[in-house]
Amino acid sequence: MDFALSEEQQLLKDSVDRFVADNYEPSQRRELMAADDGFSRDHWKMMAELGWLGAALPEEYGGIGGGPVETMVLMEGFGRGLVVEPYFASVVLGGNLIQQGGSDAQKAELLPKVADGSLMLAFGYAERQARYDLFDVETAAKKNGGGYILDGHKGVVIHGGAADKIVISARSAGGARDADGITLFLVDADAPGVTVRDYRTIDGQRAAEVALRNVEVSGDAVIGLVDRGLPIIEAVAGRAIAALSAEAVGVMDAMQSLTNEYLKTREQFGRPIGTFQALQHRMVDILIACEESRSSMLVATLRVDEKDATARDKASAAAKVKIGQCGRFVGQNSIQLHGGMGMTDEMHISHYFKRLTMIDTMFGDHAYHLKRYVTL
Amino acid sequence: MDLQFSDEDRIFQQTVRTFLEQNLPTDIREKVENGFHLGRDDYVRWQTILSKQGWLAPEWPEEHGGANWTPVQRYIFSEESARAFAPRLIAFGLKMVGPVIYTFGSNEQKKKYLPRILNNEDFWCQGYSEPGSGSDLASLQTRAVLDGDHYVVNGTKTWTTMAHFADRMFCLCRTDPDAKLQEGISFLLIDMKQPGIEVSPIRTMDGSAEVNTVYLTDVKVPVGDRVGEENKGWTYAKFLLGHERSGIARIGASKAQLQKLRDIAAQQRCGDGYLVEDADFAREIAQVEIDLHALEYTELRALMAAAKGEAPGPEANALKIRGTEIQQRIAELLMQAIDYYAIPYVPEAMEYGYNEESVGPDYAAPLAATYFNMRKTSIYGGTNEIQRNIIAKMVLGL
Repeated sequence: MDFALSEEQQLLKDSVDRFVADNYEPSQRRELMAADDGFSRDHWKMMAELGWLGAALPEEYGGIGGGPVETMVLMEGFGRGLVVEPYFASVVLGGNLIQQGGSDAQKAELLPKVADGSLMLAFGYAERQARYDLFDVETAAKKNGGGYILDGHKGVVIHGGAADKIVISARSAGGARDADGITLFLVDADAPGVTVRDYRTIDGQRAAEVALRNVEVSGDAVIGLVDRGLPIIEAVAGRAIAALSAEAVGVMDAMQSLTNEYLKTREQFGRPIGTFQALQHRMVDILIACEESRSSMLVATLRVDEKDATARDKASAAAKVKIGQCGRFVGQNSIQLHGGMGMTDEMHISHYFKRLTMIDTMFGDHAYHLKRYVTL
Repeated sequence: MDLQFSDEDRIFQQTVRTFLEQNLPTDIREKVENGFHLGRDDYVRWQTILSKQGWLAPEWPEEHGGANWTPVQRYIFSEESARAFAPRLIAFGLKMVGPVIYTFGSNEQKKKYLPRILNNEDFWCQGYSEPGSGSDLASLQTRAVLDGDHYVVNGTKTWTTMAHFADRMFCLCRTDPDAKLQEGISFLLIDMKQPGIEVSPIRTMDGSAEVNTVYLTDVKVPVGDRVGEENKGWTYAKFLLGHERSGIARIGASKAQLQKLRDIAAQQRCGDGYLVEDADFAREIAQVEIDLHALEYTELRALMAAAKGEAPGPEANALKIRGTEIQQRIAELLMQAIDYYAIPYVPEAMEYGYNEESVGPDYAAPLAATYFNMRKTSIYGGTNEIQRNIIAKMVLGL
């Protein structure tokens, strides 16, 4: 049992922290959010050069050969800095979809480009009627010679607007809520019939609605086995949850230290408000919530590759529950302790709050996963 | 990073598990499992078995009879003990005054008291709280006046757990009433079997009497039974509180109780099925399990950091707060699980060997009393509010 980072992982952490310190002052982030893509292509290049985009990819595909802990270190740092580059969408989701489901040829072609940043991926899986059920897929895939024709709509595709290719889950067989009959397709974002409506998200990122009308794809576009896409999606979701948990923990840590600092400096009634016991105790509960969240996150991360599927899925669901609940507590109370200033766009604390809140909705919120946990 | 215990630790875990299976007396296990009262004899019997094995005070230095276990091994032992429904070791001698004596005591005190703790000849109790000094412990009034080669002690101690079993008490007394509150206190070792000591039980709302008020009237304490220097008792008292906090979250015990909750919920009818299948109740159980799991790894993280020699952070206080909240929550759910049969109060049914037909299900008898009893956990050992004060000051710098 060991919870310490290796020397290399510590160096990775130091380099993320440096990147955030140098490039993510609140004013700098504001400029990025206003840019066309909603992030910086220069940063993206830098992340590729630093080896971050390939940190968790195998060496044979241009990666560094790390695993979930490397992803965790990066995502936690991105959380602390509220980083807006599409690492999660392109590398954690896209990279893992190819890694988990792709053929050798697809891996050889695509993963090196993910690692060097020249290919941006996104994942269209959510649909309006599905809530958080990954198996609830109505987007249709109809056989068309050796290929398929896709029809349907994918919602809130994170960084879908910047993606060169989008992985789409579609129903190739069975009923709308069957586990079998889902197939994954790699679709060019500019293919005829694909409409990408790019928009800002409330937490400073970008997402898109992706409409598919008679989109023709070849048989080569299939990722994994036909009709057997769900296990791939679930494997990727487990990794996505671990990564998002790490980001959330990074956000919470930042909120905790900003809030504690505020309690020491803000004066009312002639003394720092941190001298008032009601506020002290709230602050202590924030600290404890952060520590418990970190524990859940570590367990989910270290169980990503666990053979025992129940232990793995329980760890992942537990992290969503714990971090979703603690995140809400830490977020709401950090705003509360900042008083009126916490409500402003000017104070960075509000930006952290918004990101933390939206992380909970990704891949199922805490209520959804508590229900799921019971069934595991 | 990884979550596995080392091979060595797993072998150790198996050794402990086998030992417990073979050596824990059945009647004692059943008492613990069912929430029945344990007598002094039960504790002596179990602690003697451990003592013979050399496992009673593993954290003590080897020269005084310790086992030289790593923090992880200590954790495994307390986990496995709880899992097997072994009694919790009585901490007053083993984890409190013992370490104070081997750290600050005289050679005579070490020679005289440490073996008697290890042999279960002496049971100790803790003379800290007073009727007027609860959370504000340093305001204590019990007076010790030096008279030749002994102190004369007068005062009242309260909430004294197991004083009715105890042979000795470690006691904070005021020796300098003019000094600042923390600076006039001495740490005395008092023989409970002497004139002037009166132990009066306090019946608590659950019907038990595990705590007492102890009246001290002209009690004589030889100067040789003062630990360390006069008026420095507060230092030793603080050391004691910070000393052995591993297991403070009571993870193992909560896991065992959670399993009991599942078992009971699986037997309680509800609608067309059983309570364990009820969506709301199942979610309540899942929530506690998730919280407990997060706390377990918070404790393990602290343990691994301590094993690497890192300075302790807020863990001990945080673990106390969350550990007790979880214990209380499980006790609540256990009581909720038995619906109406929380109401009957049959004290005899909470004693081992009760042969009458039970009112309601067998397992129901002690559950409401246990719920009421468990309210103490967020009050004792420094209330959870005091724990928050400590974290705010020591960790957050507020």
